[in-house]
Amino acid sequence: MHDNDHDHDDDHNHGYGHGHDDGHGHGSHLSEMDLRVRALESILVEKGYVDPKALDALIETYETKVGPHNGAGVVARAWSDPAYKERLLQDATAAIAELGFMGRQGEHMVAVENTDRVHNIVVCTLCSCYPWSVLGLPPVWYKSAPYRSRAVMDPRSVLADFGVTLPADKEIKVWDSTAEIRYLVLPERPAGTEGWSEERLACLVTRDSMIGTGLAQSPPPESPPPESPPEAA
Amino acid sequence: MNGAQDMGGMMGFGPVVPEKDEPVFHAAWEARAFALTLAMGAAGGWNIDQSRAARESLHPALYLAKSYYEIWIAGLEKLMAERGLATADEIAAGKAQHPPKPVARMLTPENVPATLRKGGPSQRPATAPQLFQVGQRVRARNMHPAGHTRLPRYVRGHVGSIAHVHGAHVFPDANAAGLGEAPQWLYTVRFAAPELWGEAADPTVSVSVDAWESYLEAA
Repeated sequence: MHDNDHDHDDDHNHGYGHGHDDGHGHGSHLSEMDLRVRALESILVEKGYVDPKALDALIETYETKVGPHNGAGVVARAWSDPAYKERLLQDATAAIAELGFMGRQGEHMVAVENTDRVHNIVVCTLCSCYPWSVLGLPPVWYKSAPYRSRAVMDPRSVLADFGVTLPADKEIKVWDSTAEIRYLVLPERPAGTEGWSEERLACLVTRDSMIGTGLAQSPPPESPPPESPPEAA
Repeated sequence: MNGAQDMGGMMGFGPVVPEKDEPVFHAAWEARAFALTLAMGAAGGWNIDQSRAARESLHPALYLAKSYYEIWIAGLEKLMAERGLATADEIAAGKAQHPPKPVARMLTPENVPATLRKGGPSQRPATAPQLFQVGQRVRARNMHPAGHTRLPRYVRGHVGSIAHVHGAHVFPDANAAGLGEAPQWLYTVRFAAPELWGEAADPTVSVSVDAWESYLEAA
């Protein structure tokens, strides 16, 4: 939906407006960075500072293991278990650790709850602070100047960029992650999901709904009710 | 410092452009840049606040023009050059020219899961009484330090109220300057949007920042 309203009118391939510079035809620029980082890696390996296999392990962790599915599990648990939700809102670090998620960029967690009256949005205006342990690495837009500059000043216009419109009287709380506290938005549970399993609920929890730039998905209109297990004979 | 990284309230950057099915990394070098930065961080030559300070110290025009991982690489090169771990001539030549300097540790593949799991908690025992209480009105100081700080410009001089108390945490302004962790009480301070942005601002909006005690004064 944003494909045509903004292209090539500014420093598209370089600037913080978009934040990444490849895939748009600047092959020479890309290879310059490719060569530079390769050279840097070989120097650091040669000097014995880094082990390339450790680099592989770091990359694999964030490409395949740690991601928004972690946070979706937390949200689905909170939707399903009121006692867990209470613990999450009281001490998110401990409650999230119950599901096995902890550590880097999730050392000090706070969960903020969306309700019919309050909507929460998380930003880091100063850099790119983001709850890695539950959401993985941040998307480019989260680290970009448009988001960082405007989320604190005009969050409704930012939501509009995501196609989200909230009631005009809904309270919006913006959380600027200026310290080592990391924020997870607990989105509103969609209607029509009564009796759903945690696993099924987790599929409705999008990454953006846990940042606050989106809402949890509604169940598809023709979604059949979950089958009850057959009676044992 | 009042650098280009402090973006809250700037204008003219255009719409936020979400990318459908965005990959974790957009090029192989981004993945290596990310991993090199973490691995060198684990080597113990600097702390996270020094790492942020190095990125922020880029010329504002460069900061705004570079992509995210280009900034990370520029910051990494600066941190290593400052400590003689890898020098400008080596980076230019693409190979080692000088003997290595000792580092505290090398991250091994076996240690990656435990290192990530441990992370780097910033909470420390408090060394002074807590000055502000939940609900209290406070003003963010009008301060403009030349070094690293985590008090964004857009709240300075404005009055908010204490919403949460997080205990004492490593103070980035001191830690980035190599002056030690100097932990201070950390508070979430909530500001009404009209207080920050003027009477035309949306009164349904509030903005919270996490602020160390020395960023604040009673209002």
